Amino acid sequence: MTRIGVVVFPGSNCDRDTLRGLELAGADAVPLWHEQASLDGVAAVVLPGGFAYGDYLRAGVIARFSPVMRAVSAFAADGGLVLGICNGFQVLAEAGLVPGALLRNRGLRFLGRDVRIAAERLDTPFTSLVGDGRPLQMPIAHGEGCYFADEATLDELERDGQVLFRYVDADGRRAGNDGDPANPNGSLRAIAGVLNARGNVAGLMPHPERASDLLLGSDDGLPILRSLVEAAARAERPAAGAEPELVGAR
Amino acid sequence: MSEYRFAVNVLPKPGILDPQGRAVEGSLGHLGVEGVSGVRVGRRVELTVEAGTEVEARATVERLAQELFSNPLIEAYAIEWVDIHAGVAG
Repeated sequence: MTRIGVVVFPGSNCDRDTLRGLELAGADAVPLWHEQASLDGVAAVVLPGGFAYGDYLRAGVIARFSPVMRAVSAFAADGGLVLGICNGFQVLAEAGLVPGALLRNRGLRFLGRDVRIAAERLDTPFTSLVGDGRPLQMPIAHGEGCYFADEATLDELERDGQVLFRYVDADGRRAGNDGDPANPNGSLRAIAGVLNARGNVAGLMPHPERASDLLLGSDDGLPILRSLVEAAARAERPAAGAEPELVGAR
Repeated sequence: MSEYRFAVNVLPKPGILDPQGRAVEGSLGHLGVEGVSGVRVGRRVELTVEAGTEVEARATVERLAQELFSNPLIEAYAIEWVDIHAGVAG
């Protein structure tokens, strides 16, 4: 079974839910403590939600300098799959592993409620099993989720297919900007999740793990976790066609 | 080695929406204050650095300001020297 690590920072509070969600998605999910310098050979890493290091200074910035993040950065530079959820997205943004920054919500309030997002790309390690780009319902729970990047960067992200998820309304129409209830935090261009340029690191503000079982009101998040598990399994094993060649070469 | 004390003032960059500043500005009317605009809310970090010279100390603060105290995508900072003895003498 494919092993996926979930980093536990002091102040993480979605690590258990994420471990459980990944198990439901078919992974052997293991916790990785923030002080460890090795990733224990996992096939993918998830940075979960919470308030790492109390969100002091800026959400995600102190977590960025923890020993485990050095290992995560090296893993990502090597092509390893990394997904940041909510606070995990903030950590990735602070670390420069994904573009942009997460600002205080436009309405200033912490928001804990269901939103709808749609995948812009269906061919990534994080969305390959999401299906047809229909609206996915899952909760948000954040105070700093307003996605920001300068206009030139936003244009680049759109051009290069790095916008992974956008907030949408119930009919799947892209949310507007400030004031549209479908865009809960005022994110620029309604961006809810982004990819790095290489396509192996992604972050999103909504919580797929909190929508991984119908008992929770929605299991729309499960295909995102399943996509990651499947991609990690593929990355772990050499492609079937490559094996005989390797044997022959010995 | 000497000790040097600095303050790093961090503010949202011009053009970056500052909802805290906007909320503070919006509340001024309740105080009966008029004619105030351009309110921005940031943070101030004070620290003491031990170094051979003030130039060395300032270089350390500069690095911390860039890498830790501010996010260059969204925030600007200004470093200010703080007189350690000012409070004592007073």
